[in-house]
Amino acid sequence: MRITLNGEDHEVAPGTTVHKLILDAGRKPAATVVERNGGIVGREAYTSVRLDEGDTVELVQFVGGG
Amino acid sequence: MLSQEQRERYQRNILIPGFGESGQERLLDGSVCIVGLGGLGSSAALYLAAAGVGRLGLIDSDTLELSNLQRQVVHTTDRLGMSKARSAEMTLRALNPGLTLQTAQIRVTAENAGDLFSAYDFVVEATDNFAAKFLINDACLECRTPFATAGILALAGQMMFVVPGKTPCLRCAVPVEPLGVPTTGELGVLGAVPGVLGSLEALAAIRFLAGLWKPAADGSGAVLSVDGESLRWRTTRLPRNPSCRCAMLWSIS
Repeated sequence: MRITLNGEDHEVAPGTTVHKLILDAGRKPAATVVERNGGIVGREAYTSVRLDEGDTVELVQFVGGG
Repeated sequence: MLSQEQRERYQRNILIPGFGESGQERLLDGSVCIVGLGGLGSSAALYLAAAGVGRLGLIDSDTLELSNLQRQVVHTTDRLGMSKARSAEMTLRALNPGLTLQTAQIRVTAENAGDLFSAYDFVVEATDNFAAKFLINDACLECRTPFATAGILALAGQMMFVVPGKTPCLRCAVPVEPLGVPTTGELGVLGAVPGVLGSLEALAAIRFLAGLWKPAADGSGAVLSVDGESLRWRTTRLPRNPSCRCAMLWSIS
């Protein structure tokens, strides 16, 4: 199933949750803000929301350096 | 009232539509506390001083090391071992002698942050760890001081501008200090990245002090993020989080 992830075409397995997408991208769920089709996904929904074909997803990982 | 020297020094600020002499006067009357004089703080401090923010707090507990200099551009090689606050003061004094510079070689703690930040119009959070970023977020909420907060790692970074009671805060985006995110000590950082993010923090401060900022009607804010590997920028609209500790400020600020 194809989605757009941070502006690029990306293949994910059907049924992939937001939580799994974050982990597969090598990011930390606790530090990542997720925008799906223009709206913010609530943190409590990361493990329940499953991606759909054609979704546009932005993962914004917060980093701590200065 | 600006002097002739000030009119000439800040001519390119004053020419900006909507800024004018009144915007410059607001900057000169304004104050910003910069916490951390590393990569983010270096670029923020340079642009805030050059723009004419009248009083700057320069806070850092560290001394300058050789490995700092590929990104911390407010410092120089001949100042190795010097307090970063003192080194930044020397550079900024030479850049713009008319400013009031208040240095402190201290660590910001939950005990001293409130008194420290209450003395300024705006805080630039430019520390190098999540614990300090959350501490400063919470202290600024407590004393209602607007602030910019940013982070950098390798080729990426993010920045948020927060006005307590008017915008979401850092915890609306990331509720608790995240563990296990790599640090610049592990994955490095290219100096141009904090150069960009620190400049954005300075811009947020100047925009606020000069009266150019207006709150969003729905109280939303934004996370600005940059990925230097793809040269991709994003502005992610961030709604207020009703379960965040900052929510109690929404109605009273």
